[in-house]
Amino acid sequence: MSEAAGATPPPVTPAPVTPALGAAGRLADGEWHRLHPATPLLRGGFALVAILGVILVNLRDVWIDLIIGGPDGGPPDPLVWILEHDYALPVLAAIAAGLILFILGFYVSWRMHTFRITDELVEVRSGILFRTNRRGRLDRIQGINIARPFLARLVGAAKLEINVAGQDANVQLAYLGSAAADELRREILALASGVRAEASAARGGSGLDTLDQRRSTSGFVEQRVNELLAPELDPDAAAPESVVQMHLGRLLGALLLSGTTVFLLVGAAVVATIITLTGEFFILFAVVPGLIGVASFYFTRFTRSLRYSIAATPDGVRVGFGLLSISNETLPPGRIHAVSVSQPLLWRASGWWEIRINRAANSSARGAAGQANTTLLPVGNLTDVRRVLELVLVDPALIELVERGMVSKGGDDGFVNSPRRAAVVRWFSWRRNGFALAPSAVLLRRGAIWRELVIVPQARIQSITLNQGPLARRLRLAALTVQTVTGPVSARLGAIDAESAVGLFGDVADAAIRSATNDTSHRWRESRPGSATT
Amino acid sequence: MSRLELDVTEWRRVSPKYVWVDLVGMLIAAIIVVGATSLPAVFTHNVYLFTIPASLAIIFIIALALTPRRVRAIGYQLRSDDLLFRKGLMFQRFVSVPYGRMQLVDINRGPLDRALGLSELKFVTAAAATGVVIPGLPEADAETLRDELVALAESRRAGL
Repeated sequence: MSEAAGATPPPVTPAPVTPALGAAGRLADGEWHRLHPATPLLRGGFALVAILGVILVNLRDVWIDLIIGGPDGGPPDPLVWILEHDYALPVLAAIAAGLILFILGFYVSWRMHTFRITDELVEVRSGILFRTNRRGRLDRIQGINIARPFLARLVGAAKLEINVAGQDANVQLAYLGSAAADELRREILALASGVRAEASAARGGSGLDTLDQRRSTSGFVEQRVNELLAPELDPDAAAPESVVQMHLGRLLGALLLSGTTVFLLVGAAVVATIITLTGEFFILFAVVPGLIGVASFYFTRFTRSLRYSIAATPDGVRVGFGLLSISNETLPPGRIHAVSVSQPLLWRASGWWEIRINRAANSSARGAAGQANTTLLPVGNLTDVRRVLELVLVDPALIELVERGMVSKGGDDGFVNSPRRAAVVRWFSWRRNGFALAPSAVLLRRGAIWRELVIVPQARIQSITLNQGPLARRLRLAALTVQTVTGPVSARLGAIDAESAVGLFGDVADAAIRSATNDTSHRWRESRPGSATT
Repeated sequence: MSRLELDVTEWRRVSPKYVWVDLVGMLIAAIIVVGATSLPAVFTHNVYLFTIPASLAIIFIIALALTPRRVRAIGYQLRSDDLLFRKGLMFQRFVSVPYGRMQLVDINRGPLDRALGLSELKFVTAAAATGVVIPGLPEADAETLRDELVALAESRRAGL
């Protein structure tokens, strides 16, 4: 440990480093801690076991040959060659040395991989020869993700990832004890929220007491089994009325009514036509790889969306999913830069919607849909949408406006819609192509076939752009874009009346400045000290 | 058929010398594009294929002729809480960026800029699409503006 401390830029007093099992004490106490002891095994050890397994299986034939005496000839086996030339001892010694070096390497790397969480920052030191030291500021946290791959779940470990804005700026703690990871996330979020450290210490302490009791009453195996069978979302973690669950039928329906299916059907029709026209079946072979790809897409999307849940916790929105490998993420308040509620044409009949968000930092763990974690609600009906919006937007008046705007066909519905002359460029959607300025957010609505409503919280607006091209000028129209951090949601609204666009440009610019100045969400609990103990 | 106008009277304009930078840059681009699109016609001896480079050349000539006006259309203004920027004649664009959103300010100088003593100032926010680039500022002005912007951003610092 003293060598490790000497090699790092900031000299640290050699403090007792405790492994992150959870029962050892609070983790967010500013001292250096080590990761879960099973970390080397989870990170690379399984590969070693697999290699050994393959070698042993290959050896089986040789053993049989040696004992029973198989037929001579055939290709020269390296093992037989070694045995014949009496190199067995040096080879075994070399393998043993390699193994010892390997295990020693993993052990030393585990010993030298330490982290600490102080009141302001999280810091990780790792590496044997090339030391890395990474610090992240707690008030810049965009979200904390806890992933539990299947193998890690078996030994009761979890990967904690702290997302910080910036390219490749995330701080990863892999692996921690499963319960310790949950506890640590609560503590980090409490520290980041601006609650005084003593309060969070008290909270952390009480949490660990219950953990210790649980530990003493059940054995290791029993505990593992309990954790494996436990529901993905701990019932105590969130109020039940705030939880949105994914229904199996709806998930299947949404998958079948997705754009991929349409693509698949069109492809099938094309292939069928070609076969009937040419009478050749060779094209089927060309289609097979594509079919495998589509099948695996459906499969991953389906299994990952199983047990999907969204819930409100005191420290933000919690999104969890997964059947075998589970993952859940907490987004603190004020970390959502834009929200889009959309409905493809195929979902119209069943009244389903999808909610996507823009975030400043994404966890490296893939989301339920296989892409970056930006889909908040893969599919849901109006009730689900309302619940999710309640978690994300908070303001009830705003949610009502959003709900009205989502299904409205246009007209006098609280939105400023495009004028009739915009029908030249918005053939079907000009009636409901419009905007609304709520006290805390800007709402942009577009599309009649593919309905979409974009909500940008004013405090998160980065800049506002007003555009007009030659055609729009002739029609006295203009386009307005609200720029947020990069993500799947684009807040651009075209073909609105030029005069009202100029007005909106000024209003949004003022509102953005006002909201940004009054925004305290990076310390979301500081303004409400009374709620700190809840 | 009217242009977009904001209730802003005093736009700060960029240096008229920037016209030359824009002209030379566009001329080089025009030569390369027209030259490259002429190649198929030259090799195939098909006269009709010359219509593509010819129409491109006409577009470039119009754009070159409009350059002085386009440069005059670039303007910016430091309002009390945000930076307002405008550009474009045919395709007009207005951008408002609150100072608190600034992540960094870049000053770039190309070879032509350097010869004419000009700089280009880039205002970067967390949104990649903001794209506020003020070209053709005299070197001293660019540096004063940068310091001014940094000071304003510092006094109005906001979260992400």
